[in-house]
Formats: sequence, structure tokens, C-alpha cells
Amino acid sequence: MLVVVLVAIALVTPPLWGQSSGRTSMVVTFKDDISTLDPAIGYDWQNWSIIKSLFDGLMDYEPGTTKLVPHLAQSYTVSADGKTYTFKLRPGIKFTNGRTVVARDVKYSVERVLNPKTQSPGAGFFGNIRGAAAFSAGKAKEVSGIRVIDRSTVAFSLDKANAAFLHTMAINFSHVVPREEVQRLGAQFGHKPVGTGAFRLREWVLGQRLVLERNPNYFLRGRPYLDRITFQVGVEPNVAFLRLQRGQVDVLGDGIPPAQFARVMSDSKLSRLVAVGDQLQTGYVTINTQVPPFTDVRVRRALNMAIDKQRIVRIINNRAVPAKQVLPPLMPGYDREYAGYPFDREQAKQLLAEAGHPNGFSTVLYANNTDPNPRIAQAIQQDLAAIGVKAELKTLAQSTVIEAGGTKGQAPLIWSGGMAWIADYPDANNFYWPILSCAALTPGTWNWAWYCNQTVEKMVEEADALVQSSQASAREAKFREAYRMIMNDAPWIPIFHEKRYTMRSARMSGQVALFVDPIHIPVHYDEVKRTSQ
Amino acid sequence: MGGYLLRRLLQSVVILLGITLITFALLYLLPADPARMIAGRSATAETVMQIRAELGLNESLPVQYARYLARLAHGDLGRSYAQKIEVTELLSSRIGATFLLMLGGIFFELLIGIPAGILAAVRRRTAADQSVMVGAFLGVSAPQFVVGLLLLYILAYKVPVFPLGGFGSLTHLILPAFTLGIAGGGWYARVMRSSMLDVIHRDFVRTAWAKGLSGSRVIWKHTVRNALLPVVSMVGLDIGTFMGGVVVVESVFGWPGIGQLAWQAIQIVDIPVIMGVVMVSAIAIVLGNLLADLVYPLLDPKIRYGG
Repeated sequence: MLVVVLVAIALVTPPLWGQSSGRTSMVVTFKDDISTLDPAIGYDWQNWSIIKSLFDGLMDYEPGTTKLVPHLAQSYTVSADGKTYTFKLRPGIKFTNGRTVVARDVKYSVERVLNPKTQSPGAGFFGNIRGAAAFSAGKAKEVSGIRVIDRSTVAFSLDKANAAFLHTMAINFSHVVPREEVQRLGAQFGHKPVGTGAFRLREWVLGQRLVLERNPNYFLRGRPYLDRITFQVGVEPNVAFLRLQRGQVDVLGDGIPPAQFARVMSDSKLSRLVAVGDQLQTGYVTINTQVPPFTDVRVRRALNMAIDKQRIVRIINNRAVPAKQVLPPLMPGYDREYAGYPFDREQAKQLLAEAGHPNGFSTVLYANNTDPNPRIAQAIQQDLAAIGVKAELKTLAQSTVIEAGGTKGQAPLIWSGGMAWIADYPDANNFYWPILSCAALTPGTWNWAWYCNQTVEKMVEEADALVQSSQASAREAKFREAYRMIMNDAPWIPIFHEKRYTMRSARMSGQVALFVDPIHIPVHYDEVKRTSQ
Repeated sequence: MGGYLLRRLLQSVVILLGITLITFALLYLLPADPARMIAGRSATAETVMQIRAELGLNESLPVQYARYLARLAHGDLGRSYAQKIEVTELLSSRIGATFLLMLGGIFFELLIGIPAGILAAVRRRTAADQSVMVGAFLGVSAPQFVVGLLLLYILAYKVPVFPLGGFGSLTHLILPAFTLGIAGGGWYARVMRSSMLDVIHRDFVRTAWAKGLSGSRVIWKHTVRNALLPVVSMVGLDIGTFMGGVVVVESVFGWPGIGQLAWQAIQIVDIPVIMGVVMVSAIAIVLGNLLADLVYPLLDPKIRYGG
């Protein structure tokens, strides 16, 4: 009876759905709200690529790849010592407020990130620009290493050569913002962004939707393909999945709901809509090298031999490949020849015995408490028990695990899932400096293994000094050697490299690579198209 | 009455202050550093220190709490760490939706619960009574997450009568409000039934029957009206339970209310937002209790509050 009444009410009220707005629009769903769109501040996987569609950097990547190309810059030169980069801007690029971009805007944008008042999480990427430290500390009015040479030329001088510098000119934190708008809007800038990007903000209703519309003056001809993108937020992934099947949604921002995954992949009609690709990610267990008995490398190696990685991959519906090393396969410097540690419980037990633990020992394994991480941590716990290592499981909120990992001597083992390293930029040094280097060992570090090997550190420094493009292969070889040494020290148990599965509606078209773009997640908004209807 | 109201309002203020203090202390004791969450994984130790100083997180708990209260007195709830906008703006953009959902939920729980309870009491120990009680039990115990998804699947996906979640029109409200109402409805059915049974055996009801009044007149005028009293007071007390249900229902249906906001803020230790949501929920609960007490005398003239 009640249901009949409900249905009757529903039928007399006009439906809101069913009609899509315009020929070339796309609807993307997210469970969580979109936070700020200020390129100096936004640093989560959701706003990261939206910001990329609203703003631009001097450099960018060829769509669907990790290949660097000049973007706002027309050209650039690198000095012989690798310490000075000079960029020439493309002429006539305009912010969406109509003003032309000049070299001074580039300098302002990076200085804004380095200014502690901005509270930018990206300041660390620019720390090696000459004079950055003095500026951040308030001892200088400007960063002496960023020089405006003329209206369209800007030069960066570095304290030491850094082969990844061009990547830092492609990450969001160095995207160019107009000073007058930042000053006019203050803290509101993140909600009323003004940039140069392929899209501009049309509407943002907090907690409901964010709408982008095409920037008619975008400097790349023919881009973007879409007139409009609507992000619906607060949509439960299972509901988003239903909406997609009803034709109301084009891209599942949060991916295919785990409970539906097997069904989707076995249904020929649905699996056609799935795009699969690699991502720059490794899931790993950190072994705290400063906490006994893990101070003994034999124990760390034993743990590396104890984990059945295939089984863990099955836990996540085979959405990953087992990992043998630190770097993911997509990353330049990935070592295709390296075999890694075998899965061999007998050898592991033998190593433990040699290290003086024939009967194993007790320890603690920390993990994030969101699915599937507790299940994965339990599998690791069982595998460790099989070689006599009794690990107590602590599944906690993400922020608590991060805090424990960054506290000296606290967390012996951490399963990184839910907090695992996804590269900021596709360069091998991004998996070293923040999470494995001696330099990162300060309180609050992300080097949760508290690992430090000065020989490796020196090698990575040498690799970073190989800045010329002609030295790229020598640099990769050096990284392969460094990462082999790291695996020999066994501060991590690499578990898997996750793959990306993006589901899009039949209305969307474009190369598969654009839907699993390694830089733009979930899809490359500027490059995807709609099929004509 | 006026004196009573004043006393109750003063009590409410003390309760609210207590709640802010406890929440503040709990967040302070949390082994997570908001400055580090803001700073992100690429930040240097200096950046984290600078951010901590900017946010005033280096001060002791009492100093931070005093500052919070001082700002609160001016209606300033601070700025979200993640969104970088005023918490009051975040809350005000969402509170209407939550209020609407709660009204809808109360509407459905009473619509389901009261008739079901009356039916069960009047037809006591019959099949009707038993089915109502089993239904009530199922309603109370069914997880709202599952009920919500099931309703969406059947009434929005298989038979597309309702929209698949979202916000905007009356049709969007019905399924989430109904989901909220099911649990409450089951509860009210039981309360209404026992309240009815309690009243039905009172002397004045017996007198009404003895006077030869019609059955419907006895049931509606004499029994139901008196049995409603405890139910009405429960609606006020219910707001606390509702707040919990709202978090779940809002996330299933994509309803842009403060439950969703709270859930997201907790994930990233966005302290100003958490404090704001707690404050708003606490005010709602305190007001609900107060309202329940004020409605009481209107329904039962025997109850009067002395000055």
C-alpha cells in the first residue's frame, strides 16, 4: 500500500534525470567531496587531474604516456652543468580573466607555493631552487634562483643538478596562477579558480556537483573535445554503478565497486566498457630497519621470502601484478631482469634460524582500516605465522598509521595499502627521496622503514646529476643498480603493483590509454571524446 | 513556565560547553597530526612546523580551547583545513538538506509506526498483531545501508520510478526518508502498541465503554490521544539516533547533508569541520529534548512546569 503511494507521488513529480545537457558532455561520479581546486594546495587523487584541466604548467606529458613535453613553455634550454633551466613561454596565452600570461606569473606561482603562509604541501618539490630556503624562512623577499629575463622568458637556477626538475615544472604545484585573482579572492581562490586550462569552472554546488565548461580560448587547438564535464559528488560507488548502467553517468570516478567486479568482468556487455592500464604504484610492507630484530638484514630477507603474493593479488580480484622490486613496471628504470626474492618458506625459516630466531618472534603489523587492507594484512599475518613470526595486527585510521610510521622506533611493520606510494611524477627518484632516503629521515617521515644506506644515497645523487637527455639511459642504469642494492638490504617487502580499471559509458570514445592515463586519474579530461549520437 | 524555560536553556548551554570540551580534548589526544596531513607526504619537517604554527597547534590544549571558545562566541567556527573555506559556510550549505531528510524520516516513521502500533494493540494476539510485531522487528534490525541500496536497486534501477540517489526534488527525498523511517517506524510501532495497551485498561477507558460510546470514538478520542504522549516525547529524544542514521542514509543516497561532511572530515582529521558538525548535532539533540518537554503539557494538561 505504502509502496503504491510512493510510486504515485513519484510519477506525478517530473523526473530530473534522463535528459543529458548538450551533445558533448560527460558525467563523472565521486563518493567524496572535491576539495580545493587551488593548484598550490590540492593534493589528492580526485582534485589532482581536475586542477590539471583548469591550470597549466610549463611542462606536461604526452596524453596517455609519461613522456615530458613543453606545454606553457614553447621551448627550454638546460645549461651544461645542469643547474640552470631557461623557459620561453608560448606567446599570447591568456588566463580566463582575459589577461596574458607573462614570465612574472611563473615566478609568482612558484614563490607562492614556497611561502609558508600558503600552507602548500608542494613546497618540498622546489626546495633545491637557489634561494628557496631563505625565502621560505622569511629571510629574502624573493627567490633569487627564479629570474624573469623578459616578458616571456624565465630562468630557474638550482643548488645542485636535478634530472627530475622538468617533472617538477609539470606537477600541479608549479601551475601558473594570476596574482591579481589570488589576491582578490584570497582563500576563496580554491573555490573560484582562474587559470589558463582547457576548462573553466562554471558552477560548484558544495556537496552536490561541480561543473566545468570548455575554455574557448584554450591555447591547444581543438582541445578540449568536450563542452562540459559534470562531477557528481557524494555518490555511493554501488549507486554510481547503477547510474552508469542506466546511462546517467559516463565515468565511475571511484572505479568499479569491488563487490561487482567479478560480475562486470564476466559480462561481455559490461567488460567492453572497462579500460585497463598500469599505474605508477607499488603496494609494500615496510620493515623498520631500526627496530630489533629487523636490524638484522637476514630477518628482513626472510620476511621477503615468506609472503605468498599471488594469494594477496587474488584477494583484490587480480587487479594487480605481484611485485618483486620497488619501482612499478611503467616507471623508467624498472628492472626487467631482476628476479627478486623467491616465495620459499623453508629458506625463510633457515634464514631466521641463522639470525638466532629458530622459533620465530613476535612483532606488530600496522595497516589502514579501510577495505581491502585489513584482509590483505590478515593474509600477510598468516604468511608470517607460517615461518614462526607472530604479528599482532593493528588496523587503524589512515592518519594514525601515517603518524605511527613517521615516529622513530614505533611501527615495526606497516602494510602500505591505502597510503601506498603513487608517484607524484614519473621519475625513478620519486620512489627514493621521500620514502627510502637518508635525507628523508626526520620526524614525520614517509620513510617508514627508517632505511638509510649512504652508498645508495650517493648513487642516486650521481644519477640525479645526469640531466642531459643524452644521459637518460645511463641514468636509468644507475637507478637499476641502486634499487637492486636497496632490495638486497630488504627494507621493504614489495607486494604488488595495482592496475587501474576504469569503467566508462558506451558514449565515450578515444584511445584506451586516455581512460587509464598514468598522470590524469580517472581519465584525461582534456583528451577524451564522446561518440556522435 | 518562563522560569522553567530559562533554567532549561541555561542547562543546555552548559551541556553544549561540556560537549565542545570533550570533543576538543578527544581530537587533541588523537595520535594524528593535522599539520602533517595538510603538509602531505612531500613536505619537509620545516614546512610541517610552519603549518603547525600557522594553525596555532603548538599552543597547549587550554590555550587552544580558550581561543576556540572566543571565536565561537563571535560565531566563527574556523576554516576547514581541507577546503580552506569557512566551516559556517560548509555547514550552512548542507544543514538544510539534513533537516529536510530528518523531517521526511520523522514523517515516515510516524506514518508507519503509529497506525501499525494502533492496529497491533486493537487486534491484540491476532495474526495482524503478530505480523506488525515481526515487521517492526525486521524494520528495527535491518541495516539501513542494505535497505537503502535494496530500495534503490528495486525502485530506481529495476523499475525506474525514483531517481538513483541525489538531491533536488521531492522524488529525491522519498527513498532516503523512507529508509530512515523504516527503522524508526518499527520502533514506534512497538512503543505505540505498548502505550495503547497501557491506556486501554485504564479506568477512564472502561468508563467510556460503559457510557456506551462507539468503539471508534473510544479508541481514537480516549485511547489514542493519551497513548500518543510517550510517542511524541520520543520524537524529540530520537534526534540523537537520527543523526547516526543520517550519516549512513546520506552516504547511500548521495544526500548532501552534514552526515556526509562529518564522515569525510573525520577521515582527514579536519578538526574545525568535525567540531562544527558535533556542535550542530549537539544543538539539534538538546533542542529536540527541550521541544519534547515543551510539547508534553500541550497534550496532557495535567503536566505543568512550575516557575
